[in-house]
Amino acid sequence: MMHEARALLSVEDVSLAYDGREVLRNVSFSLGQGAFCGLIGSNGSGKTSLMRSILGLETSQTGIVLVAGERGLHGDVGYVPQKLQLDVDLPLRARDMVALGLDGHKFGLSWPRAKRRRLVDEMLAAVNALDFADQRVGALSGGQQQRVLIAHALIRRPKLLLLDEPLANLDLRAVAEIVTLLRGLSHEHGVTVLVSAHDMNPLLGSMDRIVYLAHGKAVSGTPSEVVRTEVLSALYGYHIDVIRVHGRVLVVAAGAADELPLVRGPHPDNSVDEHPEHVAAIP
Amino acid sequence: MFSGFMLNSWAAATMLAIVAGMVGFFVVIRGASFAAHALPLGTFPGAAAAGLAGVNPFWGLVGFALLGVAGISRLGRRQRADVATALTLITLLGVGTLCLSLSGQYAASAYALLFGQLLGVSRAALLPVGGICAGICALVLIFFRPLLLSAISPELAVARGVHAGRVELLFLALLGLATAMALPVVGALLVFSLLVGPPACARALTTRPGVAMALSVVIALVVIWAAIALSYESDWPIGFFVGALAAGAYGLGRAAAMMR
Repeated sequence: MMHEARALLSVEDVSLAYDGREVLRNVSFSLGQGAFCGLIGSNGSGKTSLMRSILGLETSQTGIVLVAGERGLHGDVGYVPQKLQLDVDLPLRARDMVALGLDGHKFGLSWPRAKRRRLVDEMLAAVNALDFADQRVGALSGGQQQRVLIAHALIRRPKLLLLDEPLANLDLRAVAEIVTLLRGLSHEHGVTVLVSAHDMNPLLGSMDRIVYLAHGKAVSGTPSEVVRTEVLSALYGYHIDVIRVHGRVLVVAAGAADELPLVRGPHPDNSVDEHPEHVAAIP
Repeated sequence: MFSGFMLNSWAAATMLAIVAGMVGFFVVIRGASFAAHALPLGTFPGAAAAGLAGVNPFWGLVGFALLGVAGISRLGRRQRADVATALTLITLLGVGTLCLSLSGQYAASAYALLFGQLLGVSRAALLPVGGICAGICALVLIFFRPLLLSAISPELAVARGVHAGRVELLFLALLGLATAMALPVVGALLVFSLLVGPPACARALTTRPGVAMALSVVIALVVIWAAIALSYESDWPIGFFVGALAAGAYGLGRAAAMMR
């Protein structure tokens, strides 16, 4: 089920610089309710800065960010940061972590309440994390921790969920599970999901929008509109090859593809059949 | 052991253990052990500065502790936390060296503040120590959840509406005040052990944050009471017993964690 009636997130002409170094330049895009969008770019392309701008953690030099038509977050945004380095001895259960998403800003100690426990259990069940709800959060696997952090972000029922590199350092099975979970949140529950990643491939079959960042600039649209040689070449400012290998997309700088020992071109769908590990993705 | 002059030490040590157990819990989960080590060292010359200025040494300790907090907090905005802490420490120690050299009759007091002394708390100091203790306990209980969330991840805290910068400043202020309280009793070199040993043990024994903080207080109380009793009986420095017992508590905690 899609709910694309109006823009839930509007990023309009946002520019950001640190100490004179330009990080984002006139970035604009919008996402409707229930959109599942990948924010794709290499390390240092400005993904985290854009996420932080949307959260209001960075003050942009130009432009505005609107969530549900308003400036400021008003509790409408859930956020999952890059993987936390949690001490294995941290005295905090997965359910405590989720509960902090509900009332971690409040004064005083939290006392056991049936309603609070029910809300936490519902959210843990929604991300399939009930089995390890009472384990130390620092002792969980990377995929399990991501589930807990997603539950932490979702417990206040945000309209927009931002996830910063949630798939980094996960094994293939955990990646598939997290992507399936996020797709369900987006398409079945109408939560707008913006996921940053340096590799778009795990998201390709699921995302219906993509924002591609390079050198602080962005292009956005559907994956078929954006992941094209001419579009990405214009974004990077030099020729880019978009190559499809066994259903995976590889974005390589001009010349890199020619140097591949097994690339034989021209090919009708611009694809090669073997050894994708020989293709160097552009930085 | 429980005669009149000793009652001051028992009372101050009990308050100190409660505060160290509570604040130390956040020291350990924030990974702020270096700050917990540096602040007492940077604070102890405050007593010498107070002597030069002709005021109660306790207020000199409080003043230097708050200076240390301000330095770490301010420098920490532009530097890595460990660098900011180290720069603050060497600045305070430099000022302290000057104060100590200008104060010719300070050697004995300096030794006591470095290593602690059983009779370090006068009856007159109990009231301000008690007031600071009550204030620290109240603030920790009031801000328990924001302190916990920002210790786990400042970004998560900000996303949840917590002003992480203010919470960081609050934590450092609590640590500085706890340090000023503890110095006259256990000494600058071993305040650290009371702030780290009991909570490090407690976190291994339970999975619940509130219970871990309560356990940390209980262990700190056992450590400080045992240290006073052993120091009284043996006439050895109380700091030695605090350090040894805190390390022993941590060892027991690790053993329990390995068995679970």
